[in-house]
Amino acid sequence: MENTVNIFLFGKKYQVPDHLTIMTAMEYAGYQLVRGCGCRNGFCGACATIYRIKGQQELKACLACQTKVEDNMYIATLPFFPLVKQVYDIEKVSTTEAVMMQLYPEIYSCIGCNACTKACTQKLNVMQYIAYAQRGDFEKCAEESFDCVMCGVCSSRCPAGISHPQVAMLARRINGKYLAPKSAHLENRVQEIKDGTFNELIEALMNKPIDEMKELYNTREIEK
Amino acid sequence: MYSQEFQNSLKLVEQARAKNIALEPERMTASQKEELLAQYHPDYRKDQFAELKIGPNKGEMVPIELAEILQAHSRITAEDVNLDAPDYETDVLVIGGGGAGASAAIEANEAGAEVMVVTKLRMGDANTMMAEGGIQAADKPNDSPAIHFVDAFGGGHFAAKRELLSKLVCDAPEAIKWLNELGVEFDKDENGTMITTHGGGTSRKRMHAAKDYSGAEIMRTLRDEVLNRGIPVIDFTAAIELILDDNGNAAGAVLMNMETGDLMVAKAKTVIIATGGAGRMHYQGFPTSNHYGATADGLVLGYRAGAKLLYAETLQYHPTGTAYPVQIFGALVTEKVRSLGAKLVNVNGEVFMHPLETRDVTAASIIRECSTRENGVNTGNGTAVWLDTPMIEAIGGEGTIEARIPAMMRMFGQYGIDIRKEPILVYPTLHYQNGGLDISDNCMSTCVKNLFVAGEAVGGIHGKNRLMGNSLLDIIVFGRSAGKNAAATAKNTQVGKLTLDHVAKFESEIEGAGIDTDVVSPKLLPNYTNQKSI
Repeated sequence: MENTVNIFLFGKKYQVPDHLTIMTAMEYAGYQLVRGCGCRNGFCGACATIYRIKGQQELKACLACQTKVEDNMYIATLPFFPLVKQVYDIEKVSTTEAVMMQLYPEIYSCIGCNACTKACTQKLNVMQYIAYAQRGDFEKCAEESFDCVMCGVCSSRCPAGISHPQVAMLARRINGKYLAPKSAHLENRVQEIKDGTFNELIEALMNKPIDEMKELYNTREIEK
Repeated sequence: MYSQEFQNSLKLVEQARAKNIALEPERMTASQKEELLAQYHPDYRKDQFAELKIGPNKGEMVPIELAEILQAHSRITAEDVNLDAPDYETDVLVIGGGGAGASAAIEANEAGAEVMVVTKLRMGDANTMMAEGGIQAADKPNDSPAIHFVDAFGGGHFAAKRELLSKLVCDAPEAIKWLNELGVEFDKDENGTMITTHGGGTSRKRMHAAKDYSGAEIMRTLRDEVLNRGIPVIDFTAAIELILDDNGNAAGAVLMNMETGDLMVAKAKTVIIATGGAGRMHYQGFPTSNHYGATADGLVLGYRAGAKLLYAETLQYHPTGTAYPVQIFGALVTEKVRSLGAKLVNVNGEVFMHPLETRDVTAASIIRECSTRENGVNTGNGTAVWLDTPMIEAIGGEGTIEARIPAMMRMFGQYGIDIRKEPILVYPTLHYQNGGLDISDNCMSTCVKNLFVAGEAVGGIHGKNRLMGNSLLDIIVFGRSAGKNAAATAKNTQVGKLTLDHVAKFESEIEGAGIDTDVVSPKLLPNYTNQKSI
């Protein structure tokens, strides 16, 4: 007989095997999920969930697909949160903090409560990356926020109404496009292809008999 | 933190680690690989396949589960909708909100077409989001598109459609540049040189990455760009049938609200199927690394409308799915773990193969180790082999794992396993649909005009096995191309009278062939309720 725990889905009690995740426990209980379920592997942020263990004060947040059930867990999923995403033209944005003042001025109302960081399902230092964004240090903001899955739990806890994941998204795009060093070898290769440098080589492969292709493949040199 | 039952084997792995790191395992010869695949790869298990009795691929063999949904009833009949009063009208209709769909939408918009995206979950709920390891492109001086071609052609068992493969490799550097200019962050050194590694079966280090969130970084950037451009995204809305016009050309789709069940009609001059893969079909009972909606919908829609499939009998089983703990059973362990130096080790602490053979060969080799050779570790939920992750820190220096594969560290860390210090247990997991709808090099179906296809729903780009890093590449290259071509075609298209006659015709073929089924398709979502879970 497997061990079971009692969990409370939106307040209703279910007894489920203790090795399940919150997501598989919901399915075990009979839920056919539509919202609140995406990649099931911790990358997409669809299954943001808040819970409290009975008798404990702390309200915790997690991804339902990545978190094991516990006894007396009171669970509410957060399948959608109204984040604010500002629209901008990536070709025309400023690469200084001016862009933040223009698009996401509410970040300057941060009161430093750190609720975002405490709530992060990826254990990121959210308040710190917002601080980098305030200063226009987009490289650091990008690095600090990189593992964000945009689940939105941070924003649900923010008294200043900041949409942290969207702020970080903007910072990463600015960093990726404008601030990170350019790749000369990439530019060169794109130009070479445009110039037709490899046309003959490719053309030769298009019509080569399969036996010759096999020979070519099986004897090719492999970079160490 | 592993329990006592694993400790004995773990000790052997640790004792042998230094020796195993130094070991340079031999690669298999072509004939060794062929023999191994024939005996152990799931694609070769004849009893797991069924013959198609109707449709464009009549007489061909496909996985039993796929045959079932290809030859199933429609969710609707023509009477359920009013084709004369479309709810949406657009130039280009994109079905699917993953990397291919987003790329297509951006390019169609760029070309001046009116474009809309429908997706049955949210934009970005897609296999793209979960691709960890990287994206290939031959952009280093010691590499060339021709070398990339040979690697992929051989890795795919010389079965790829060459005109598609040449497009893939020749457009690859431009695809990376496009992504980078949209703001995708790639791993680079201080001079801007891309940090590239090997993948299984590559002969040059051409795997570009964004840590081990490569797909997520690409997907969230593309999604942001789609929203910036104001492209309408109708989410939680599935396409459940293609609509044709009286010329037999694709001209829209019947849509269904996933929450209310409401039906709607979208009329379009051209349609792009970018619906992704099929992992959630759980072929042969395998677990899967795929997202929740990977149920081969596009293949079903296309097949019913008369589009031919190519290589639908070939699936990719990723060699390193998580085998333990059970909570993440089947989840992907990126191939990058092996690119960075971790080797595969059996229960006795022995390295039993070169870690960077192609995926089909590696998967078959692990299955052999765990079956006839009886060298697997019993996980309580099956057998598995070790993937010795601490080797990465020994080779690349302390901190390599946190810097290069943070998602893997986090995923196992949730369950008390520190992959910097302890190896992990892996077994093949259903990962990728090699086959799909047959297209020409302009991305249009070879059978249905004005129907374009991009991404995992396409068959023939990779042949019968795909190399790591070539699918993130193909969703960008073919997604962009489908978007451009669909927009251009839309300019010269007059849509005729809309019809669902093909659906009725298919129904009568089902009856005529004596197929007795109560299955309806597309499946849209798997059913895991009440312990039907895998």
